[in-house]
Amino acid sequence: MKTYDAIVVGAGHNGLTNAAFLAKAGLDVVCVEKNDYIGGAAVSRNLYEDWWYSNCSYVCSLLRPEIYRSLELHKHGLQVTPYGGSVQFMENGDYYGSYHDHEAAYREMARFSRHDADAYKRYSADTMRQCRFIRDFLLSTAPDPTSFRPKDLLELARIGGKFMEMGEDRMYDTIRFWTMSVAEYLDGYFETDVIKTAMSGSGIIGTALGIHSPGTAYVLLHHYMGDVDNNVGSWGFARGGMGAVSNAIAGALQAAGGEIRTDAGVEKIIVKNGKTSGVALENGDEIHAKVVVSAMDVKRTYLKCMDKSDLPEKFHHRIENFKIRGSSGKVNIALDGMPTFPALPEGSSLYHSDMHFIDSMERMERAYDDWKDGRWSEDPYIDMVIPTLNDPTMAPPGKHFMSCFVQYCPHKIEGRDWTSAEKDAFGQTVINQIANYSPDFKDLILHAEIRTPEDIEAEIGITEGNIFHGELTMDQLLFNRPIPGYAQYRGPVAGLYMCGSSTHPGGGVMAAPGANAAREILSDLKRPNTVPQSFGDD
Amino acid sequence: MNTQAPVHQGRLKSPFYSRIEPLDFLNEWHEWKGYSSADSLYCADLEYFAIRNATAVFDLTPMTKYRISGPDALDYLNRLVTRDMAKVKPGRVAYAVWCDDQGQVIDDGTIFHLREGEYRLCSQERHFAWLQASALGFDVSITHETEDVAALAVQGPTSFSTLSNMGLEGLGELKPFGLTHFDFQGTELMVSRTGFTGDLGYELWIDPDKAEALWDALFAAGELYGIRAIGTHALELSRIEAGFLAAYMEFLPADETVRTGRSRSPLELGLNWLVDFKKPNFNGRRALAEERRNGSAWQLVKLDIEGNKPAHNSYIFAKEKGNKSEIGFVTSAAWSPICKQNVALGTVRAPHGKPGDTVWVEIYYQREMHWNRQMAKASVVDKPFWFPPRRGATPPGPY
Repeated sequence: MKTYDAIVVGAGHNGLTNAAFLAKAGLDVVCVEKNDYIGGAAVSRNLYEDWWYSNCSYVCSLLRPEIYRSLELHKHGLQVTPYGGSVQFMENGDYYGSYHDHEAAYREMARFSRHDADAYKRYSADTMRQCRFIRDFLLSTAPDPTSFRPKDLLELARIGGKFMEMGEDRMYDTIRFWTMSVAEYLDGYFETDVIKTAMSGSGIIGTALGIHSPGTAYVLLHHYMGDVDNNVGSWGFARGGMGAVSNAIAGALQAAGGEIRTDAGVEKIIVKNGKTSGVALENGDEIHAKVVVSAMDVKRTYLKCMDKSDLPEKFHHRIENFKIRGSSGKVNIALDGMPTFPALPEGSSLYHSDMHFIDSMERMERAYDDWKDGRWSEDPYIDMVIPTLNDPTMAPPGKHFMSCFVQYCPHKIEGRDWTSAEKDAFGQTVINQIANYSPDFKDLILHAEIRTPEDIEAEIGITEGNIFHGELTMDQLLFNRPIPGYAQYRGPVAGLYMCGSSTHPGGGVMAAPGANAAREILSDLKRPNTVPQSFGDD
Repeated sequence: MNTQAPVHQGRLKSPFYSRIEPLDFLNEWHEWKGYSSADSLYCADLEYFAIRNATAVFDLTPMTKYRISGPDALDYLNRLVTRDMAKVKPGRVAYAVWCDDQGQVIDDGTIFHLREGEYRLCSQERHFAWLQASALGFDVSITHETEDVAALAVQGPTSFSTLSNMGLEGLGELKPFGLTHFDFQGTELMVSRTGFTGDLGYELWIDPDKAEALWDALFAAGELYGIRAIGTHALELSRIEAGFLAAYMEFLPADETVRTGRSRSPLELGLNWLVDFKKPNFNGRRALAEERRNGSAWQLVKLDIEGNKPAHNSYIFAKEKGNKSEIGFVTSAAWSPICKQNVALGTVRAPHGKPGDTVWVEIYYQREMHWNRQMAKASVVDKPFWFPPRRGATPPGPY
């Protein structure tokens, strides 16, 4: 049977990216995928008539432009269209909007508080400073602070240099920033509850933490550090849904001579004499290669697809304790027409924005309390978008696709499996909260797909359906991601690598883990590097 | 006693002004051949994406237009421009350049063969004197008709769906660079499959009296297809991605240059395909034939530049280091949102600038007051940066 140079397990966007850069270096690569479609959590699924659902990830910003450019994703059909603004609907019938246009955004903030409108400049500069600091390290391997290898020392010196450059005050700020809660961070600037609420959402998306939990300020950064066309912090829609991202990367992979095999779930990663030699598929086939790269999360990789006896004890233990907790669900809806939101002025640009239906920090924290009790939030934080207002390709003209990201939603209900009645009730909670602000919304619903973390795990394979493949807290970031000593994409077995979002720099449709892992693999194989460098100072 | 009223001294308003003005949130306008023309209406970034993602509408009424007709119209045009107009049948549109006797480009433009022997010439600049001078000995009538024709560019992947929804039956058959006529509320509406965006798109031409009615019908038809009015900034970005030339950017009209050597020939602009030496005499023929024999001094280049800092006003060098002098300069530069590429058009001294060549671009960019300099590697490419399949598809798809 044919032996490949490398097998990449999982055709999500990171697996495909990794495979594409390996293939570009001339390696004979196959990317295997358990589902009969590719894309993992960056997919467009045709689940109802002529509607295409971005039914997992739904917006795009973190995708590294260096990778986009290097893989020529536009030639493979990818187009990312920015959209502007967000809106917070309020219980008192008012709303707080944030606008793409700076002056409009200022005036809206000043409607609530002139103090906050003026404070925003300082907030924005402080947050941008942190963005600049981290953005530069996204497309590089995190150095190991305990290592004396020249590569690590050089990179540590570079980070240290960038850190020192900030000056004393800002160094203190940075250390505080990385460990504080998003609520405390925002309290340092703003006085208005709804404004803080609007900004706090980015601090908890994808995490099993509340706005008052330490570490959530960094998560906010994780949602700000992306860009669309150099506009840092901007978000966009992939034309045709998020599947367009995966399909374009797959196009680049195939153009470079790589293969993709669907319906090819991996049962076991084969290890012999401390080295991997390939994978055994669920269908009984074996595929052989000296390099196996797992794009799966680390728990699935090491606890489900490997024998405990093949792994060091301490490593195994640490992986077992890796924090990867289901905290969010999705409700994807096909609409017969555009729902109205009477609180908004007619024709408001905010119709095109991210919509939220929660207006106080207290409600945000209470939503988290429900999760701690093993329940979904009765009054959830919803991040709702209607991409079809921008994208003519995802639904028939005049019809719409609505994506609702919902937090919090536990992996298990009070420790046991979800019942179908509970799943429906979860969906109803979401629909009801939106309907509170849109009287015609319910009548326009043609079809709804309700996805709990349990569903996402079952279909996509991500442990607990955690969108980031593991919490983005300091103990699991940079040289600690996924675990100390294994943060440079190499597994504990020779020839085994990791390239999923469990590795640096973490989750989101970024493609950086896949690319960074490819650079390390090519270096080990003494092949020329195909992975682009960071564009640098922005 | 002089009874003449003074000339209009303010900005002219296009017949679409009453429709564009309410959509204008930014109040950013510039002057275009006497008319007020919007830079952008609500957000240049988003307007750009109307071109690449949905339907964008741009008011091109200020474009200079001439009607050329008469028994010798074809012979006249063949004398005027460098390409063979005999190949441009009625119902077709031709991109063309015209030169002075030294073979230097006066302007580029589009020539619409409206009906047998009847043409419309559209250009950036105003050329009535030159057009008349060239007409010596031809039985031809040349009329300036800029104000008599209202025109809209309707560009983008859903532009065909929008126009079909407006009731333009049979539009699907129209090929790129084709034109056809429809009845619009009792008035003739000319539709050409042309544009300045490098995407699927059309241009609509109608009597100014019907301009507002056309706008209203168009926007009603496009409501579900993401129709948006756009300004010049968005158009300019798409123009660079398409690799199209702009007067005063990639070349100066030869008759307006003061310094010798500041004009360009079509061969220097990469427009060799537009110069037909097989046809009889045309303005600039002898000079161009000589240039073809002896070689050109300049070469227009399309550059794919590394990194993400746009190379505005940059010098171009042959090597990264040790350069004594530059080989040319960038004329238009942009970060391309659709290609995620750092692109530019430029002009370099021959023999530099062959497709596949590597050159170096000196980029200056500012970050918080301070300036940085970067030498960026660039490759010379021969294809437009953006040329989607939908641009050429007949019939076009719904999006």
